[in-house]
Order: sequence, then structure tokens, then C-alpha cells
Amino acid sequence: MKSAGATLAIARNTFTELVRQKVFFFLLIFALLIIGNSAFMAKFSFQEQFQMLKDISLGAMSVFTSLIAILATANFLPKDMEDRTIYTLLAKPVPRYRYLLGKLLGIILLLACATLLMSALFLATLWLRESTVLAETRAQMAGGSADDLALAVKEITDATFNINLLPGIAIIFIKSALLASLTLFISSFATSSIFTILMAAALYFIGHLQSTAREYWLSGVDVEWWSRLLAAAVALLFPDLQAFNLTDDIIAGTAVPLTLFLNTAGLGMLYVAVYFALAALVFSGREL
Amino acid sequence: MNRRKIAALGLLCVFGAALLPLQSMLQREAQTAHFQKTTLSINLRERIGQAGFLAALSGFRSPLAALLWIQAHTAWENTEWGRMAGLFETVTTLQPRSLPYWDMAAWHMAWNASIAALQNEKQASEALRIRSQRAYIQLGRDFLERGILNNPDRPQLHLQLGVLLRDKVEDHCAAAEEFLKASKYPDAPAYAARFAGYEMAKCPGREREAYDYLRKLYEEGEKQRLPSLINLLRQMENKLDIPASDRVLSDVPNSEH
Repeated sequence: MKSAGATLAIARNTFTELVRQKVFFFLLIFALLIIGNSAFMAKFSFQEQFQMLKDISLGAMSVFTSLIAILATANFLPKDMEDRTIYTLLAKPVPRYRYLLGKLLGIILLLACATLLMSALFLATLWLRESTVLAETRAQMAGGSADDLALAVKEITDATFNINLLPGIAIIFIKSALLASLTLFISSFATSSIFTILMAAALYFIGHLQSTAREYWLSGVDVEWWSRLLAAAVALLFPDLQAFNLTDDIIAGTAVPLTLFLNTAGLGMLYVAVYFALAALVFSGREL
Repeated sequence: MNRRKIAALGLLCVFGAALLPLQSMLQREAQTAHFQKTTLSINLRERIGQAGFLAALSGFRSPLAALLWIQAHTAWENTEWGRMAGLFETVTTLQPRSLPYWDMAAWHMAWNASIAALQNEKQASEALRIRSQRAYIQLGRDFLERGILNNPDRPQLHLQLGVLLRDKVEDHCAAAEEFLKASKYPDAPAYAARFAGYEMAKCPGREREAYDYLRKLYEEGEKQRLPSLINLLRQMENKLDIPASDRVLSDVPNSEH
């Protein structure tokens, strides 16, 4: 119990520290991006407007959460060593894995807050645009038949909020938690934050190609042995980040089956747990 | 490399191997639900450049498509039809499940670009202007047909193809088929079935079938009994010489004024 309390204290402290580093200022850019986008889109048809608002907002959400996950995680270990905070902490009866867990939980908490705030901003903008378009349509169709108006209203509401956006946003959050855990693993053996950031960025791109490499390897096509070996290494060593790209199709109106959402979320949590375990294993033997 | 790092690498490989069947299963499940079906080919790489391709590979297909769509809109404002067609091609490749992109691309090509081609003052030959107009209509049709192939679970593009075949190609038999296909989807609007009947009535040789179909719609109830349907049924009863006792509309007042 005592050690769980210590973990939570580290998590809370990590979260507060990141907030003090003005991490949430990125929200200002996010707000400018979606409000500016929304004003600029006025010349498009309402279907195009809503489509692009969702495209750009969810894309920006994915970029910001991924960046926060990588940068915040890559920075904490070198910073704690530079400030010598880590020595004070580990001198107390706090196991190393607890220290890492507390840090990871703090970052995941920050990612959850960031995702919630961005989602609230995005949904509020979507709702405001929908209300404007609905008011304009009602004014234009005043005096027309109730059936025609109902049909027009349905078309507008169908093009705006779609319940599938919520699991899509949840998957964006899980993907960012996965990236935080992966960066933590790299940081457990890295010697500088620059190295960690570069490695994590490279893994981000390779991770999106993992499914292609896996298919290539498993299909057993007749190619050079080294080519298959390379594909096998990518398939085995890197996470399948493409599996978490559901929003592109959700925006286009594709419904997410519950099993697909649960399986994807489960895979994400499994990755988080395994990368954390590997980070704890490597960090436990590290010379500090 | 110390022992712990080697053990971590080994465990990573074991974990990766254990996950392979789960990842493949998840990919199949996603593709069955119409996710992750986009094929990013070398051809697309040539069209969107290296940075764009990298963005598409990294899970930013939809924002990239939105940005290219804005470029296409600018091309429309400058009436650069060829550039627009190329950009639409790229956008629909990036976001094949997005109906507005297919629909708007087809509309721009079959309506705006085709009219512009017909009225092109720089082209003196009327024959070439008409040829160019037809080429753009065909391009619009092609967008809708490919959109349907990518979205077999949705009725909207069948409806749009029906409208294009009716208004631009004037092939009423083909238009009837498209409206009929749209009407069979559970979420199809009620007018899809009516439009199928209207077009069937204009299709040579299918008049009797159209009459039976429209009559069936009429019998479905008030929701389908629109003035245009009633008028068409009345015209068809006269044209097909339906005996007075078999006519469905003997008691309905004529809505034509």
C-alpha cells in the first residue's frame, strides 16, 4: 500500500511538473487551428466543411498527443539525473520499477487530460458549426414541407457528430500511451534525450510499416533471404502502429464494431504493459 | 551490452512472435469492417511527393486528403479542370471511404467541367467541344463507379450515379437500375424507390414493369403518394390502356393543374 502511495505521489508530481512546463500551451495552437479552419471553410459545402473539420482536428489531435508522449517521456530521465532528483528518490525505499511506473502514469494522466481538452474543443466547434448550418437551413426552408426539412436536418446531423468518433478518440489516446511506454523503454538504456527522441521518431515511422513487413514476411514470397530476415526483424521487434489508425476511416463514416474497438484497445494496453516491463528490466540494472 | 539488455531483446522477440497471430487477426477484422483498405502505391507516391507519402504512411491520410481537397477547390476557382481531376484522383485514393469526396469529385467533373468544356471559346470545333464534354461526364461517372466499389455498404453513391445517368447521360434504363440498387439498402431514402420507378417508366420495353412497380409503391401508403407518382401512374394507366376496373387511381383527383 505504502509503495502504491509512493507511485501515485511520483505520478502526481510528474503531472504537476509537466503542467508547470506549460505543456498545455499547445492547446492554444490546436484551438487556433480548428477555429481558423472552421472560419476558412465557410466557402465549402456543409459536407465538405464537416469532413475537413474532422480530418484536421483528429489529425492534429493525433500529432499533438504523439509529440507530447515522445517529448515528455524522453525528457524526464535525463532531467531527473541532471537535477539529481532521481538519487533522492531512489535512496528512499522506492523500487526502481515503481519510480518508472509513477513517471509513466503521470505522463499518461497528462495525455488523458490533453485528449479530453482537445476533444471538448473539437466537439464544441463541431456543435457550433452544426447549429449555424441548421439555423441557415431552417431559415432557407421556412415555408417548405416538414418532410423535406426533416430530411435536410437529418443529412446535416449525419454529416456532423457520429458516435464512432468517440472510440476513434479513445484509440488516439491509447496510441499515445503506447508511444509513451515505448519511449520509456528506449530511455531506459539511452544516454541522452536527443537519442531517445530520434529513436522514438524513427520507431514511429517504422511502426506504421510493421503490418506491411509482417504481411511480406508471412506471405512467404520467394525473395532474397536477407530481405525476408529484415521483414521478420521489423515484424517481431516493432509495434504495429497501423492497427491504431482507425480515425481515417471513422471520419469517412465507417462504423467501428465493438469487438474491433475492444481488441485494438486491448492490444494497445498489452503493448503499454510489455514495454513498461522491458523498461523496468533494463532500468533495474542500469548504472546511475 | 549487458545481460539485462540481451534478455530484454529476447523477450521483445518472443512478445513480437506471440503477437503475430493476434495482429493478423485484428487486421482481418478491421478490413472486414471496411477499415485500412487504402492501398498506398508507388503511383500515389509520385502524385503526392515523398513528404505527403510519408504523412499518409504515418496515419495522416485524412488531414492530407483535406489539404489536397482545399487545393482542388482553389483549382476550381481558377477553372483548372485537369489539375482538379488529378487532385480528386489523389484525394479519393487517400480516403476511399469518404462519400463527400467521391460525390463532389463526380459532380465537379460531370457538371461543372463538362459544361465548361462545351462552352470553351478557345476550341473552335464544336465536335471537339462535345467530345471533351462527354469525356468529363465519363470521368464523373467513373468516380462514382469506383466510389461504389469502395463503399458497397452505402446507398448514397448509387443515388448520385442514378442522377448522373438520368440528367447527363440520359440513359434511363441504367439510371433505373442504380436507383433500384440504392432503394434496396435499409438506410436508403424513400425517394430512391420512387426515382427507380420514374426512370423505369422512361425505359423502352419496361413500361408494364414500371407500372406494376409504381402501383406497388402507391399501395405502400401515404408516404409514397406524391403528386408526381400519382400523375405518372395516371399517365401510364392511359398509355397501357388499363381497364377502368383495374385502375388504382379512379378515385384520386388529378393533381395536375
